[in-house]
Amino acid sequence: MSYIDIRNIYKIFGPNPQKALTLAQKGENKNDILTQTGHTVGLSNVSLSIEQGETFVVMGLSGSGKSTLIRHLNRLIDPTAGEILFGGENILNMTTARLNAFRRAKLGMVFQRFGLLPHCTVLDNVAYGLKIQKTDRQKRQDAARKWIERVGLAGYEDSFPDELSGGMQQRVGLARALTTNPEVLLMDEAFSALDPLIRSDMQDELMKLQSELHKTIVFITHDLDEALKLGDRIAILKDGAMIQVGRPEEIVMKPADDYVRAFTRDINRSRVLRAKTLMMPIDDNTQQAGSGDWPEIAADMRLEDILPIAIACPAGINVVNHKQQRIGTLSKDQVIAALAA
Amino acid sequence: MFPDKLNIPLGKSVNALVDWLVVNYGDAFEAFADALLTVLVWLEHLLRAAPWWLVIAIIAAIAYHASRSWKTTLGLALAMVAIGTLGLWDKAMQTLALMIIATGLSVIIGIPVGIGMAMSNKLRAVMIPLLDMMQTMPSFVYLIPALMLFGLGKVPAIIATVIYASPPVIRLTDLGIRLVDKEVLEASRSFGASRGQILWGVQLPLALPNIMAGINQTTMMSISMVVIASMIGARGLGEQVLTGIQRLDVGQGVEAGIAIVLLAVVFDRIGQSYGKKSRHSAKAGDGA
Repeated sequence: MSYIDIRNIYKIFGPNPQKALTLAQKGENKNDILTQTGHTVGLSNVSLSIEQGETFVVMGLSGSGKSTLIRHLNRLIDPTAGEILFGGENILNMTTARLNAFRRAKLGMVFQRFGLLPHCTVLDNVAYGLKIQKTDRQKRQDAARKWIERVGLAGYEDSFPDELSGGMQQRVGLARALTTNPEVLLMDEAFSALDPLIRSDMQDELMKLQSELHKTIVFITHDLDEALKLGDRIAILKDGAMIQVGRPEEIVMKPADDYVRAFTRDINRSRVLRAKTLMMPIDDNTQQAGSGDWPEIAADMRLEDILPIAIACPAGINVVNHKQQRIGTLSKDQVIAALAA
Repeated sequence: MFPDKLNIPLGKSVNALVDWLVVNYGDAFEAFADALLTVLVWLEHLLRAAPWWLVIAIIAAIAYHASRSWKTTLGLALAMVAIGTLGLWDKAMQTLALMIIATGLSVIIGIPVGIGMAMSNKLRAVMIPLLDMMQTMPSFVYLIPALMLFGLGKVPAIIATVIYASPPVIRLTDLGIRLVDKEVLEASRSFGASRGQILWGVQLPLALPNIMAGINQTTMMSISMVVIASMIGARGLGEQVLTGIQRLDVGQGVEAGIAIVLLAVVFDRIGQSYGKKSRHSAKAGDGA
């Protein structure tokens, strides 16, 4: 069993969801249900398994239900039907007290518009989660200072949120979520409100942190580039339904339908595709073991980094795994073909 | 003509209800009235016995604490001196005592009710028409039952003032809490905050500017009520206006009217300064 299991979640918005739920479970279309019952289908039969330590990205346009979905994971929103399991425990059965204890112990959340307390300093904002847990003042401030420094805001402890730029405010949001040392980090369009350059910085920062912390991250975005950059796996949501779940290369190479294909058409493939996906594998039958003169590249190298090597060494490239064993070969033609596709 | 047969004798029922309350709960009302009266009389004695310069100094100190401006402080102190020069100092102190008690009671009742309305849509649905009624019903209508339950004097004046003046603080507490940024609330909930932690740590601090505006309006309305309250025996500036009307003494009415306006200005400026300060601290936390 996975760490987080979402099973057949439905969310209907409106005063009497039962009738709309029955229709949704019969597989009726979202618009038909809206005209028939006046109820909006937020999520329709969504199932997901998220593993411990992975960065799982949910991608969708506005109205796709992605923000609704992430709010189900900490029960800011309750589903109309379905189950949500954390390590085998169904969080929908929790009492309010148990739920609050669970949120305090395991979850941290980062919001699109930051959700900082405007009347508290940066230090108090970052310490907020520990204050809720009734940790004593000295301890929580020490922990907060550590994380403020970690996200690069040392010296701003006594500033107020409205004195900081958007990027800095979101660093506060990130530090606040990390200070309680949660197992799971929920990030709801965390970088969408930021300028492109700052956004890219924050993405790099998050990847750096994640390489050390190995949290389970559920990241919501409407930006496919961001999804491909951050995600170990990506789920694509449309009109409240799950269209495709897969690794970034799978989404790009084998889009499940025209909707996903339309998305992937404009993305920079050279950033997504890796040597391992493109190479001709070496197996026992074919003896095309490559040549000792060829340069060696790692299996997870991106196409954009392979390109200059391929141009410099048109004869061929050896692809090696992390044990330095040759597992495949790449030719200049293959590289160019992958780019052109 | 509307047929007489369709008349519903509502007035009679109300009379019967008031009579029944007087007969059965007269003692309880009396005990409540006595308690309220004790506090009011004590405050009134205090204000009237205190030297005038001390009262002005205290009001000036409060004004400075609220506004941090010497100009405002001086202006408000001069307004208080002007009341004295009109020869109405003693009456103004009586009015002031009445107003402080009525406003205090309105706030003590109003803020919890406002919080309740923000938390519960059902309570809100009940309270909104009730508040509308409290604000539009001519105050004489509830002066009569207040008279019957509490007798002539200061206590029914306070009750009538509270009924008239508490709606703004109730409404603005409700509004202030409902206007708190949804994402900040979600953030608080996502960290596992309990309802009490959310109320005290997030909702009330962020609603404070609106609550302060409500308290300010409530103060203003209770000052405007003092004239009417004088008709059932509350002393003070309102009484001056009333006798001015009765004797067709325009000069006396104008003097008392000016004194009421000056008192209102003093408390409005102080209230607004505190409101601005809380807005500032809600944003920038300059410890109010």
